[in-house]
Amino acid sequence: MSESVGLDKVIKSHGLVRAVDHVSLSIQNGEFFSILGPSGSGKTTILRLIAGLDRPDLGDIIIQQRIVTLDPPHKRPVNMVFQHYALFPHLSVYENVAFGLHMKGERQANIQKAVSHMLALVRLQGKEKRLPGQLSGGEQQRVALARALVNRPVVLLLDEPLAALDQQLRQEMQGELKRLQREVKATFICVTHQQDEALMLSDRIAVMHGGKLLQVGTPQEIYDRPVSSAVARFIGLSNALSGTIVSCDGGLCRVEPNGLSPVMVSCSPHDSLQGAVTVMVRPERVHVSSNMSANRYDNSLQAMVHHVAFSGNEVVYHVRLLGGAIWMARVPIAEAQACPLTVGQQVYLQWWAQDGLVLPSQSPPC
Amino acid sequence: MKRMPSSFILVSLLVMLFLYLPVVILIGLSFNASTMGVAWKGFTFQWYEKLAMDRAILEATVNSVVIAFVSTGLALVLGVGTAIGLETRHGVQRAWVNMILLLPLVIPEILLGVSLLMVFVLCQVHLGFGTIIIGHMVFNLPLTIVIIRARLRKLDPAWEDSARDLGATSWDVLTRITLPLLRPAIWGAGLLGFTVSLDDFVVTFFVAGPGSTTLPLKVFSMIRTGMTPEVNALSAVMVVVSMLCVGLSWFLQQRSAPASSGSSYL
Ligand SMILES: Nc1ncnc2c1ncn2[C@@H]1O[C@H](COP(=O)(O)OP(=O)(O)OP(=O)(O)O)[C@@H](O)[C@H]1O
Ligand SMILES: [Mg+2]
Repeated sequence: MSESVGLDKVIKSHGLVRAVDHVSLSIQNGEFFSILGPSGSGKTTILRLIAGLDRPDLGDIIIQQRIVTLDPPHKRPVNMVFQHYALFPHLSVYENVAFGLHMKGERQANIQKAVSHMLALVRLQGKEKRLPGQLSGGEQQRVALARALVNRPVVLLLDEPLAALDQQLRQEMQGELKRLQREVKATFICVTHQQDEALMLSDRIAVMHGGKLLQVGTPQEIYDRPVSSAVARFIGLSNALSGTIVSCDGGLCRVEPNGLSPVMVSCSPHDSLQGAVTVMVRPERVHVSSNMSANRYDNSLQAMVHHVAFSGNEVVYHVRLLGGAIWMARVPIAEAQACPLTVGQQVYLQWWAQDGLVLPSQSPPC
Repeated sequence: MKRMPSSFILVSLLVMLFLYLPVVILIGLSFNASTMGVAWKGFTFQWYEKLAMDRAILEATVNSVVIAFVSTGLALVLGVGTAIGLETRHGVQRAWVNMILLLPLVIPEILLGVSLLMVFVLCQVHLGFGTIIIGHMVFNLPLTIVIIRARLRKLDPAWEDSARDLGATSWDVLTRITLPLLRPAIWGAGLLGFTVSLDDFVVTFFVAGPGSTTLPLKVFSMIRTGMTPEVNALSAVMVVVSMLCVGLSWFLQQRSAPASSGSSYL
């Protein structure tokens, strides 16, 4: 595999704000690469730098082994789907999609063929004559996709392409995006702040915060081995407990949380952790029950049920630990119905040492 | 719309009456058969017929239309250019630029007229069509710039970005995105400028020369020799034409107002 897009120590400031701060990335041909981060973390700025709409203050942008840092947008084999689509309101669907080919001076007959092929691909046949204002959100989204893809870009940049859609449409379009990528065989770089979307769609993910890259890796890597509590929190690892390491040997750490009984967490033998740490446990790995389970779990903490939420096939218990922290426990619906818990009830939270993560403490993210 | 207390309705009715009664009376009198005074002597079209026969008035009409057309056209070209220049991302967006641009609209017109005349005399410019056109552009330009800038601010910068991303050069962006989206505002500004130019008296009075009489100047000279029904008829025509132009201008600007990336646009 060869590199499709590279960023080399790129810096971009907007006034006093470092929107992108020393970012280096290498994205491979044909990859579905997601950039995940909270609002204002610099995701859109990175896309604009790759598209050539902004120039970096320092550093280089490389596309297909060519340094394009100073090239204008029309000299780059890249197209972008904008955050709110930015369809031209005075042009019809057909004219919107044809715009890029028109700019390249393609022959009319070729344009017609390419546009109708692309409209078929995004399932918009028969709507050629409509104006963008006469389309639904999902249709506008697909016009935006078609308008970018019809130019056969080597790299497609997508800025929160699904953010404006409702839940069901979003799930449909997620499948659609994957299908389109397989068909056009381009590199997709997709910005999102939805962690589940990124985990589901991507070959690799970059997690950003405050203009900096926190971690780059496959969804599995990021999910299983987040490098910091900021990354962990961002991919849905919400249960955290801060404490101090008491001992650490044989791949097992003993952490003393502030004011609670010690907990055991497995760690890699190479980690040299000490001092203040954060212990994190996945909500679906926490066992919650009204009395001590027969299983000899490694860890057990007392808590009180704070809130019960049903979400389709599972129940989410929000429980308050003795220290005041709120944890979540996801329990399959059948299991929850077998022994229901009510708000205010005293419960035990139990989990295995290998289901926890221990990470160095740092200033809280977001 | 909330229901208004009836006293407010009364006040607004009175204000409307105050504003439009003179115009209505003027139009009414233009159909009066009486040659003198305001006493009603029956309905007639004869003053309009007389108007249509009057060579001097026809000439003044042609002068007015030509001057309004040229000054508005030039003001549009320069004004749209200036507005786009001021509103680009690296353009000057300072408050004082606005102030300077708007100044000609608030300076007393008589000062504008006198100072223009002084400049023309100093530079030994022959007074005539050219000087009137320049004079009218002094107020037509700021008007155009204000209207076009207001519209430009409503354009989503993402439209330009996506056009550039799709391979458009600055020229393509201007001709295919910016100008088409400005079209209703350009029409609106043009109609408004045309009307203002058509109706202008003060500036024209100072910078006109012999042989370049416009309609308002003609009306003024006719009134000096006595208020005839012919003047009423002429004034009525001017009022109606102006109101139609301004109404159309307003309509076009309203229609162009609610366009942003998601919403519909016609
Ligand atoms: N044109 C601009 N002028 C000034 N500051 C800007 C500009 N564009 C972005 N910024 C700032 O740069 C930072 C990063 O912005 P960016 O748009 O890249 O964030 P983002 O990750 O895309 O956020 P979101 O998820 O809200 O779209 C923000 O702090 C923002 O305020
Ligand atoms: Mg953004």
